[in-house]
Amino acid sequence: MNFVAPDFMPVLPEIFVLTMACLVLVVDVFLEQQQRHITYGLAQVTLLATALLLLLTFARVPVTTMFGHYIKDAMGDLLKFCICLAAAAVFLYSRDYLRQRDLFKGEYFVLGLFGVLGMMIMVSAHSLLSVYLGLELLSLSLYALVAVDRDSPVGCEAAMKYFVLGSLASGMLLYGISMVYGATGSVDLQVIADVIAKQGTSNLVLVFGLVFLVVGLAFKLGAVPFHMWLPDIYQGAPTSVTLYIGSAPKLAAFALLMRVLVDGLGAFQNDWQQMLIILAVLSMALGNLVAIAQTNIKRMLAYSTISHVGFLLLGILAGTPEGYSASMFYAIVYVLMAVGAFGVILLLSRTGFEAENIDDFKGLNDRSPWLAFIMMVVMMSMAGIPFMAGFYAKWVVLQAVINIGFVWLALVGVVFSVVGAFYYLRVVKCIYFDKPEQSESISISRDVEIVISANGLLLIILGLYPTALMTWCSTALLN
Amino acid sequence: METLLTIIIILLKIVAILAPLLTAVAYLTFAERKIIGYMQIRLGPNRVGPKGWLQPIADAMKLMFKEIIIPTQADRFLFLLAPVVAFGPALAAWAVIPFGNEMMLSHLDAGILYLLALTSMGVYGVIIAGWASNSKYAFLGAMRSAAQIVSYEIAMGFALVGVLMAAGSLNLNQVVLAQQGSILHWFWLPLLPLFLVYFISGVAETNRAPFDVAEGESEIVAGFHVDYSGMAFAVFFLAEYANMILVSALASTMFLGGWLSPFEGIPVLGQLFSFVPGPIWLVMKISFLLLFFLWFRATFPRYRYDQIMRLGWKVFIPVTLVWLLVIGLGVLGHVGPWFD
Amino acid sequence: MGFEKFLFYVFALILIFAAVRVITVRNSVHAALFLVLAFFTSAALWLLIEAEFLAITMVLVYVGAVMVLFLFVVMMLDLNTQPLREGFIKYLPVGATVAVIIVIEMVLALGSGYFSSESYSLVARSADYSNTKELGSVLYTFYVYPFEIASVILLVAIIAAISLTLRRREGTKSQNPSHQVLVSRDDRIRLVNVPAEKKH
Repeated sequence: MNFVAPDFMPVLPEIFVLTMACLVLVVDVFLEQQQRHITYGLAQVTLLATALLLLLTFARVPVTTMFGHYIKDAMGDLLKFCICLAAAAVFLYSRDYLRQRDLFKGEYFVLGLFGVLGMMIMVSAHSLLSVYLGLELLSLSLYALVAVDRDSPVGCEAAMKYFVLGSLASGMLLYGISMVYGATGSVDLQVIADVIAKQGTSNLVLVFGLVFLVVGLAFKLGAVPFHMWLPDIYQGAPTSVTLYIGSAPKLAAFALLMRVLVDGLGAFQNDWQQMLIILAVLSMALGNLVAIAQTNIKRMLAYSTISHVGFLLLGILAGTPEGYSASMFYAIVYVLMAVGAFGVILLLSRTGFEAENIDDFKGLNDRSPWLAFIMMVVMMSMAGIPFMAGFYAKWVVLQAVINIGFVWLALVGVVFSVVGAFYYLRVVKCIYFDKPEQSESISISRDVEIVISANGLLLIILGLYPTALMTWCSTALLN
Repeated sequence: METLLTIIIILLKIVAILAPLLTAVAYLTFAERKIIGYMQIRLGPNRVGPKGWLQPIADAMKLMFKEIIIPTQADRFLFLLAPVVAFGPALAAWAVIPFGNEMMLSHLDAGILYLLALTSMGVYGVIIAGWASNSKYAFLGAMRSAAQIVSYEIAMGFALVGVLMAAGSLNLNQVVLAQQGSILHWFWLPLLPLFLVYFISGVAETNRAPFDVAEGESEIVAGFHVDYSGMAFAVFFLAEYANMILVSALASTMFLGGWLSPFEGIPVLGQLFSFVPGPIWLVMKISFLLLFFLWFRATFPRYRYDQIMRLGWKVFIPVTLVWLLVIGLGVLGHVGPWFD
Repeated sequence: MGFEKFLFYVFALILIFAAVRVITVRNSVHAALFLVLAFFTSAALWLLIEAEFLAITMVLVYVGAVMVLFLFVVMMLDLNTQPLREGFIKYLPVGATVAVIIVIEMVLALGSGYFSSESYSLVARSADYSNTKELGSVLYTFYVYPFEIASVILLVAIIAAISLTLRRREGTKSQNPSHQVLVSRDDRIRLVNVPAEKKH
């Protein structure tokens, strides 16, 4: 057997995150509770350094290494960069929230870092094995994070539900993977694509595997009809964890869809297009309609996530480079919005009080005009009001769908985003036109304020000048 | 026809291993009573036969003719299955132990793994017995035993990993061959911490004193086999002693050079003792280690439960982990005479 | 070949029987033990195709460790299965319909002869073929990346399990073995010079 050690350089970011996560884990053991901020600082340093590392080693040409299990390409690097920044923002917003609730423990950050590692592995996966393992790494970290507040019965129930349904989804995914492996004899996505190109798309076993793969991925994404877990987990988990779940993992999920469906099973585009259409339409419909009836803002945002997932799927099902980059743009903008929205919820909460209900936002303008403004920007962007980033994201996705001739699908999307605008704007109404029910002033640390302002302003800037990010996305995908 | 012949040969081999083993088990009980007796300045059994030598046979007779009482609320099937489950793995493990060069029933390449798998099966007998008896004492014994065995299995597994790193093979025959040279080449020296961990874990896995909380006759009467009588009890008894011999045999094979002569490599003595066949050396090494089992029982007080857990998790596992690193460095650096 | 085929069918029947009993038997401990039997027989099936490493690992990991802990928990549970069965009849029609549809689909897709033993025969191995060696040689080379990720997953599982269960309760009176072990003679014994009593 001739074995040549693989090139480790492309995997450097992952190795770095892993090493640092282990380091944080060990350092944390020796810290007193008052020194816990060192853990936090190390975690932040890790994320920012990884982001920097990714920028420095940004891939111009795709490189495959680790015997086909790992690929470094521009799409992956861009997504990983965004994941790191999103996670850093999540940690920053969560810091004070966790402190007030006695949850400021090393495990939150360690598990968070391992989750980031899982996402990075998913993004760079080039074989079904690494796809699955990355996904499991992320999921396992998330299950534990949801249950991090052990004394909260809702949190434990959410963790249990998440764990059971997540395992079911993993089972589906694995079953699909085993079918694809049985039909093609490989787990390497490139080889799978080659084999399918050779033997044609008439193989029933492959289609069968594809169905299970799509179901498994839809479960993880939270697309209707596989969305049941999502609202309960968003509502039940501590808000800092909801923020984590609702943000960066969506980028990894997008990458997963791209890798598996487009790179690996691209030849079956006709088959998965139909499945994704059903998922997308149902997600947009159910997400937007049910969100209207919610009074809990975390639950409302969970349903809004479902509808955004529907939009995300629209771009991918278009099956054109234009559609893919539109989806990628959508995913990145969505993460920006989610981080912003949950971030504001986090900042409004304080010891013994969770700003969970929409009513808690009443009169926010009187209490903190700047936070109110940012929340308004986020909500309007989510609703897709013109000149916000969310509007442009929806616009390009719909355009991609129209370009492949599915005008009706685009119309469905437009109708439901109009429906959706209602409940987003209701929050805005609460903030600006209702009387405040409580009058405590809101205190925010300086660094958090800076980042959340940047977060909100970025949504406006991206809305006005979307071309920069858009070109970045499309060139990343062209490589 | 040929298949039949092979099967007959294999069966004969099995008999050739089992017959001496069962005799050894019987006389181990005798040895235990005698040795502990002397340690406590008593005589031990000396009534049946010359000097008491027929005592084990008398015991066997008595147990065989006793009634097997099954408690009314017990799970009949599992109650009777439990002793068999306890005894089976203790016998099956002998398939891969080499008595001389290539003298083994099965030339399994994954021998060490096979052993690990089988020794981990033994706990089922205890658990099933404890549950099926439908008695609180038996159940407590079963729970203690399960937790204890699962904990010590990890340390034991790590110790075996060390052996396989040093030997470069999972095949026990290869493991013995890798120790050739002299008594200093045997693995007990480079793997001394692992040897100790393995042997002590072996004592714990067989539920022998000082780790016999599963029986704990002073607190939970007799633990998992409190409701057993007659032959069913005898089988548990046999299993415990067969397991002791097994652990000693494994420790001799993996750390004390198996069938190799201890005088190998020594100028005059080496030639002088070269006529002694390998199996004799192995039996002597096994007997030597078995003595320790009896010694422990005679001299140590029983561990408290939390102390057992602490020893397993907080002492043994870290020790093995550190020593694995040391072996790894040794193998990388070709530290002679063991790893070159 | 005849004998091996016979063994295969024997093990396969036992496996199916055990697997069915796992979900039909009422007593949860019995169910767990049937699961052990199922694992054991599937290990035997693996042995038949010379995959001894997988077979042994299956017994070692699932039978030797996982199921022991499982039994440990199941035995201590006082499960009342009555409430669990309440909704059974209500959901039976829907469940059964879905199950039947899935089974039919699976038969259509997989029964098409694609996975039949005619199209896939067992690869012939030479006599010195060792499944353990082969697996070892690819596991640490070509599959080192997935292997390492798997180890990270296990690490996360450890962290998660500990962080969810470890809590220091106030006011428990537990002994600290380390302290007890480190005790020296001087901590416990004080030699006092008692002057001898005078005789009256």
